[in-house]
Amino acid sequence: MNAVARHRLFWPAVTLAGLLLLNLVFTDHFFSVQMKDGHLYGSLVDIVRFGAPLILVATGMTLVIATGGIDLSVGSVVAISGALACLRISELGDQGSVGGVLAAVGVALALSLALGAWNGFLVAGAGIQPIIATLILMVAGRGLAQLVTDGQIITVNSAPYKLIGGGYWLTLPFGIVVVAAVLALTVFLTRRLALGLLIESVGGNAEASRLAGVRARGLIVTVYAFCALCAGVAGLMISSNVSSADGNNAGLWIELDAILAVVIGGTSLAGGRFSLGGTVLGALIIQTLTTTIYSIGVPPETTLLFKALVVTLVCLVQSPAFGRKAFHRRARPASPRPAPDEKVKVTA
Amino acid sequence: MAVPPPILRISGIGKEFPGVKALDGVDFRLLPGEVHALMGENGAGKSTLIKVLTGVYGIDAGEIELDGRPVAFSGPQAARQAGISTVYQEVNLCANLSVAENIFIGREPRRFGRIRWKEVRRRAAELLAGLDLDVDVTLPLSSYSLAVQQMVAIARAVAVEARVLILDEPTSSLDASEVAQLFRVMRRLKEQGIAILFVSHFLDQIYEISDRMTILRNGRLVGEYATAELSQVELVAKMIGRELADLEELGARPPARGGAPLVEARELGRPGAIEPFTLTIREGEVVGLAGLLGSGRTEIARLLFGADHAGTGSVSVAGRTAGLRTPRAAMGHGIAFCSENRRAEGLVPGLTVRENLILALQAARGWARPLPRRRQDELVAKYVAALNIRPADPEQLIGNLSGGNQQKVLLARWLILEPRLLILDEPTRGIDVGAKAEIQRLVAELSDGGMAVLYISAELEEVLRLSHKVGVLRDRRLVAELENDAGLTTEVLMETIASGARS
Repeated sequence: MNAVARHRLFWPAVTLAGLLLLNLVFTDHFFSVQMKDGHLYGSLVDIVRFGAPLILVATGMTLVIATGGIDLSVGSVVAISGALACLRISELGDQGSVGGVLAAVGVALALSLALGAWNGFLVAGAGIQPIIATLILMVAGRGLAQLVTDGQIITVNSAPYKLIGGGYWLTLPFGIVVVAAVLALTVFLTRRLALGLLIESVGGNAEASRLAGVRARGLIVTVYAFCALCAGVAGLMISSNVSSADGNNAGLWIELDAILAVVIGGTSLAGGRFSLGGTVLGALIIQTLTTTIYSIGVPPETTLLFKALVVTLVCLVQSPAFGRKAFHRRARPASPRPAPDEKVKVTA
Repeated sequence: MAVPPPILRISGIGKEFPGVKALDGVDFRLLPGEVHALMGENGAGKSTLIKVLTGVYGIDAGEIELDGRPVAFSGPQAARQAGISTVYQEVNLCANLSVAENIFIGREPRRFGRIRWKEVRRRAAELLAGLDLDVDVTLPLSSYSLAVQQMVAIARAVAVEARVLILDEPTSSLDASEVAQLFRVMRRLKEQGIAILFVSHFLDQIYEISDRMTILRNGRLVGEYATAELSQVELVAKMIGRELADLEELGARPPARGGAPLVEARELGRPGAIEPFTLTIREGEVVGLAGLLGSGRTEIARLLFGADHAGTGSVSVAGRTAGLRTPRAAMGHGIAFCSENRRAEGLVPGLTVRENLILALQAARGWARPLPRRRQDELVAKYVAALNIRPADPEQLIGNLSGGNQQKVLLARWLILEPRLLILDEPTRGIDVGAKAEIQRLVAELSDGGMAVLYISAELEEVLRLSHKVGVLRDRRLVAELENDAGLTTEVLMETIASGARS
């Protein structure tokens, strides 16, 4: 039992379970998952489905944060990617053509990748601090998205495009399938291959890693590009779900939710060790919180406040320094090193 | 002579970490006005004991008495308030603040909540003058040498009403004159009745400054001795728990070997770091570099490893010109470099022993070709055993190991790659006699096996004992290259360093 309680993901898991149970009190059949017309329906499915873009963005963000960086531009990339895809589709003669939609998606993702590589270049090549380097694209990217959409909301009517965010595949919402695929790929790259070790080593001590022969620069560019790619996919999902692209509001503040998800998941903002499982839990907690707010009928104007309260609680519970003070468990650190007093930033 | 009552007495202290008994029933007392040396190998429990005394760790058993009253420190702050101040091995100050600010940070004299800067500067200058130190307290700390920074740290420590001053390896990065200056300061503090606990790996220094010593081994107390009554040989034997014979078998070096030239640097230089130098390292040869701190020893190593870009000259490896523009490129030519700065340039904290050990090999393979886990475990087990790394737990975080064992892990990181040239920059600094002898023996074995070694050390005896050839540096210039024959002694080396010419 003690070993379970000391596991890194114990508190995030408890929080998620608690939130879900809370929902059960307010919503009948909250846990029931039904099969209708060969599709899975239910509140749990919805949480994962609506949380899919956040999980994607947070996955990319995890790797960036593990290198000791941060990417504030993901929200803008979400907007740009959705806008560009919708623009290309709206220009198609036949919006239902699969080839045309695939081409549009390809162009949008290629641009996302390029934007991420640009971030990576600013950080690793030009040596600009990550928070500043990505702030540039965070601000400029919104403008870029508006340029793409000409300041309008582009609506499309394309069945193949609709599939990405709103469709089903093998009974599952397609978005969940995409998230599962991206996560599987990320886990494979980082944990089965050696990418994870090298990322953690660069984040833990960049100079030592360079002297050990790690190509830190290329690694950092790759990681930022990957993060932007994840954001690009999330952007497609979000715009596809509503069949329109809104350069102004798509993905607004998602970077903060993503950073929050990473931190709740136990990855330190200082870089080094990261936990993809923790990030997924974190993202699910945030999404469940949103669902919970609706289901227990918190007045809309206090929504953000409520969210902030819960997040503060989660972070406090996870903070070793707070735990010691609150429970008077001092003088016996479990590990030879004093527990690092990680500062947790609350943004919601 | 009547022994005065101890300021600090601990008895039966026990401290356990998961899987390790760091301290087991240790007794220890500290008398007023003495310099007391705490001796032991790496991992013997010295650091843990210090952390217990300074309130960083709580204890599992035993008790601490200060002035005859039992105390329990809730943290470093409480220990400091009780009069126990500590200066750690690495200077824990803010380099970007001024000397005066560093001394008074957190306890600035105030009036109506406003800091009285004049008072801060005046008192800082007074304190430093009391330590025979003439520095401008308004300049940033970073503008002074490491030695001065160390004194500032001591001044900060005694600025509060310190009764006990703990100095953890304060001399490891100081040169001889700086050490003498530090000792003057220590003697002055001693006269004021302050008890000083002193940790150092330099036995000569221990014998010069300390009055008594306590020896630990494997977390247990070996004994308490008056320094004058214990010979160096006895001390070492007690620390490592075996006889000295196996330490002394490393005799004088055999004559230089005539292996094929492996690495040849021609007029290699970097403006502002090292004047152009020419140096040939042969296969199976140990080339020592001797010189004062900052004389350009490390700069040569970094250029040969591609850690810095050379401004002039060229390097050829095995007869072919090699562009050593990055560490990676140098590794491709079979060159490995173990930095003197373990913490900043070697260890990756947060990763395990295993991960730190295989890092260079994995980096060389690239991320797409992971080293299979079974192979990792084999390699790690092999080197943990070969280098006697303790605790022998590959999944332990590297930060939990003692300095000497961390150094061995970093050595192993490079040995795995089976380099042709191994560059070691101060590999034995800050580690104990036992580990030091192990590393020296390893270097001799490697060179016997055909590996070329560039060996940098501030200890001339060590350089002489290991090297076939010694390069002498002075003022960022390679001034002489001496064959290590019968005529070469530490005196000759010192003269060469001092005069800059072959005597």
